[in-house]
Amino acid sequence: MREFTYERAQDAAGALALLDAAGPSARYLGGGTNLVDLMKLGVERPGVLVDVTHLPHDRIEELPDGGLRIGAAVRNSELAADRVVREAFPLLAQAVLAGASGQLRNMATVGGNLMQRTRCTYFTDVTKPCNKREGGRDPSGCPARDGHHRNHAILGHSEACVATHPSDMAVAMAALDATVHVTGRDGARTVPIPGLHRLPGDEPWRDTVLSPGELITAVEVPPLGVAVRSAYRKVRERASYAFALVSIAAALDVRDGEVRDCRIALGAVAHVPWRAAHAEDALRGRPATDESFGAAADAELAQARPLPGNAYKVQLARNLIVRTLADLAGAPA
Amino acid sequence: MTVAPTPAVGAPIDRIEGREKVTGSARYAYELPIEGVAYAAVVQSTIARGRIRDVDASAALALTGVLAVLWEGNAPRVADRDEWELAVLQTREVAYRGQIVAAVVAETLEVAREAAGLVQVAYDVDEHDVVLREDHPKLYAPPHVNPGYETDTQQGDPDAALAATAIVHDATYETPAYHNNPMEPHASLAVWDGGDLTIYDSNQGAAMARQLIAKVLGLPVERLRIVAEHVGGGFGSKGLPRPTAVLAALAASAVGRPVKVAATRREMFAFTGYRTPTIQRLRLGASAEGRLEAIVHEVVEQSSTVKEFAEQTAVVTRMMYAASSRRTTHRLARLDVPTPSWMRAPGECPGMYALESAMDELAIACGMDPIELRVRNEPETDPETGLAFSSRGLVACLREGARRFGWEGRDPSPGPRLHGRTYVGTGVACSTYPARRSPGTASVQASPDGSYVVRIAATDIGTGARTILTQIAADALDAPVDRVRVLIGDSDLPFASLAGGSMGTASWGTAVVRACETLRAEGGSEAFADTTQEIEQQTAFSRHAYGAQFCEVHVDADTGEVTVPRLLGVFAVGRVMNAKTARSQFIGGMTMGLSMALHEESVMDERFGDYLNADLAGYHVAACADVRDVEAIWIEEEDDDLNPMGAKGIGEIGIVGTAAAIANAVHHATGIRIRDLPIQPDRLIAWRA
Repeated sequence: MREFTYERAQDAAGALALLDAAGPSARYLGGGTNLVDLMKLGVERPGVLVDVTHLPHDRIEELPDGGLRIGAAVRNSELAADRVVREAFPLLAQAVLAGASGQLRNMATVGGNLMQRTRCTYFTDVTKPCNKREGGRDPSGCPARDGHHRNHAILGHSEACVATHPSDMAVAMAALDATVHVTGRDGARTVPIPGLHRLPGDEPWRDTVLSPGELITAVEVPPLGVAVRSAYRKVRERASYAFALVSIAAALDVRDGEVRDCRIALGAVAHVPWRAAHAEDALRGRPATDESFGAAADAELAQARPLPGNAYKVQLARNLIVRTLADLAGAPA
Repeated sequence: MTVAPTPAVGAPIDRIEGREKVTGSARYAYELPIEGVAYAAVVQSTIARGRIRDVDASAALALTGVLAVLWEGNAPRVADRDEWELAVLQTREVAYRGQIVAAVVAETLEVAREAAGLVQVAYDVDEHDVVLREDHPKLYAPPHVNPGYETDTQQGDPDAALAATAIVHDATYETPAYHNNPMEPHASLAVWDGGDLTIYDSNQGAAMARQLIAKVLGLPVERLRIVAEHVGGGFGSKGLPRPTAVLAALAASAVGRPVKVAATRREMFAFTGYRTPTIQRLRLGASAEGRLEAIVHEVVEQSSTVKEFAEQTAVVTRMMYAASSRRTTHRLARLDVPTPSWMRAPGECPGMYALESAMDELAIACGMDPIELRVRNEPETDPETGLAFSSRGLVACLREGARRFGWEGRDPSPGPRLHGRTYVGTGVACSTYPARRSPGTASVQASPDGSYVVRIAATDIGTGARTILTQIAADALDAPVDRVRVLIGDSDLPFASLAGGSMGTASWGTAVVRACETLRAEGGSEAFADTTQEIEQQTAFSRHAYGAQFCEVHVDADTGEVTVPRLLGVFAVGRVMNAKTARSQFIGGMTMGLSMALHEESVMDERFGDYLNADLAGYHVAACADVRDVEAIWIEEEDDDLNPMGAKGIGEIGIVGTAAAIANAVHHATGIRIRDLPIQPDRLIAWRA
């Protein structure tokens, strides 16, 4: 591990100033559950770490409209345990609890969770080529595309990169239409979460639309609506401490047997938490039946481009969409 | 400490060192504080085959705190290179990706690691060959299989028998590479004092490690001391010394200071051993009534180019069931891969996955209950040797397990059995493991205050060996356990065999009992025993432990996720020495078997030649949430032809058969037969229209 300087910021302005002063190799440090791992592996080699866990962004506030404002420094375990989150946004609490382990959730922050990097095994091994790692295309290309990509993307991937975003929490937030509050050199702005993360395209090293130095201060979640049932479901190769094969965050509002509204986001299928807009469009106004759910899933997955080793994800995603929506609808499965 | 009433043996007493371990005061090799210590970090090859052309250490040496960069060009020479993996930094040849090609010694671990990343190694690269196939052109018959079994055996004419039998089952089963992954990595601290060397090392046998390392370094054994007081698991991967131990000694010699080396978790996927992948063709020929006429078990597996390690995968088939004709074969391909080694129940574990899956398939083909099929093929004497069994509790385990599990009335027909959106099924498979002993020594010393000290270079790798030997000694001395202190884990103690092959209790216990008996018979303050003659002269018997494992599985119809709500193991293992530590050994083995069935797999990238998922986030060992109701019990078994304790080893039998029981239950639940592990969700999902 490269030697680095550790700085602790007390507020957002201080964090920005520290990062600015430190130059391009500086990184914000949240819980460190991903960044420190990547530093040990040599994937990340920051000269300066600016600890932002002591910023006053460590509370979960209820908003007048029934929404939530979640500070970026809130620990994942606090978020999952919060009474309002559990009651009003069960899919968010479930998603957070589906991720990592108890120890990691105690450390990991909400901001850091959104900013975590892919767990592609080629990306994390500096002795192997990777387009995503170095901030420039690798002449050898992406080794996952022609190699082992069982856990990789089926949607929105590019020639350059087939990695997936690893977060569970971000999938729930994508379904919830959450908004990220960021602050940077040029002031504060908001970024909607479907839109925070970006598809790999030709620049797979850019995970998000944030500019260098921009800092997440909070995530705002609008109310979900009282009649809405929601759930997060994660399929994985062991019952805890495993990244998803496919996951889903779904919310469903059914009146008189008809889908009034719905939200569907998929995890572990793309470089971003994947909001399934085609499925939602196909489902609104349709009867809440397995047939409609299947048609909605097909509408979304028609754009899937599975790789030779991960075609199972298309089938799994379809099954998961149908099953989760059926369970939410209370319809016979 | 609790004072257990005599007899101590069998009592579920707590681990003697449990408090130190739980409170963190038990010192493991790497934790020993020592003045002036330096730290080594290794540089691993990034090619799978070729030669080191040159090493440029300038950038590493420029880093503050770096003491030395060692490689073939400048490392101290070893005396003996027969053990290729131990002759670290002695060659420019690269035999597998991840091989140690250089090492940095520095003031801190952090500097050593950073500098290791700065060492530039130039290679002449050769093409590599890392993928095992059943038709691999390099396959050959090794002269023997681990540890000294015949490579091939044949009885009768199995081909003719297969052609003539009413029912033939012919299928190929595959297991992937598995890595042992003990909690504590392979770690060593080497301290020179003039020409004397002490290595604090995480291993499964200090005495054996001393012999091997002394030979490599060209040291007289009396000048080398190996200490392994506490060991955080090994599962076979610490049975032989690892390059870390030799590297620590060479590095300490090079910088003139004590040096610590520990493998990282990722490095443990390269140079600390693993279980070979296997490809196993099973052919079973049976009469319509399910009587086996022929068994053919043909195994293909791999080793590295630098060491022939041939796992004894089909050996178990030689004795398990009666049949008039049989053939077992092992073929090995030496590939440009890391060297495989022992992993919990080498041979029996992958072999019984295949045999017990095949028996389940045969039972279905015969329309029989799988327990009845096994009972029908129970041999009267060892089918391979004709020897009498010292005891054989297989049928008793099957019957008792069936009773407890509620097997009676089970519909044996294959699935699918859908309840709601869950497929439900049950399965059974058998376990077995040889009950062997290895010669060794022990001493006992009596103090005037009525206390005793037993000395033996045994090792407790987490099994409870220290506690059990105390119990055995207490009974042999007719003393309460709190008057007996057992010193282990140090090669300066009387020679003992390693903690492997489930032989520890039987081997060490014999030596301890004989020393204690001598002390009581002859009086005096000290006695010594050597069991070489006793073990050489023991009566020939077929000695094995047996078991039966039952499980219920639930398979999610939509996601293919498998859960095991119930796993029951019933074992016949002679006399149990400590009910608490024995239960831990059984359920630990069964948990590892469950993990093998559903989760574990080391994924080789053939282009690069290394295992990709080289950490505990990527290599899925079962989590607590995967392990629901795991129960292990044992039946009473008296066997006077084993050893003075009447005990069979229990460290490995728990992992044998579990994977087959689960695969059989998955088939019972879904109708899908998985013949290559692990059983991952994508194998079991069907399109849901």
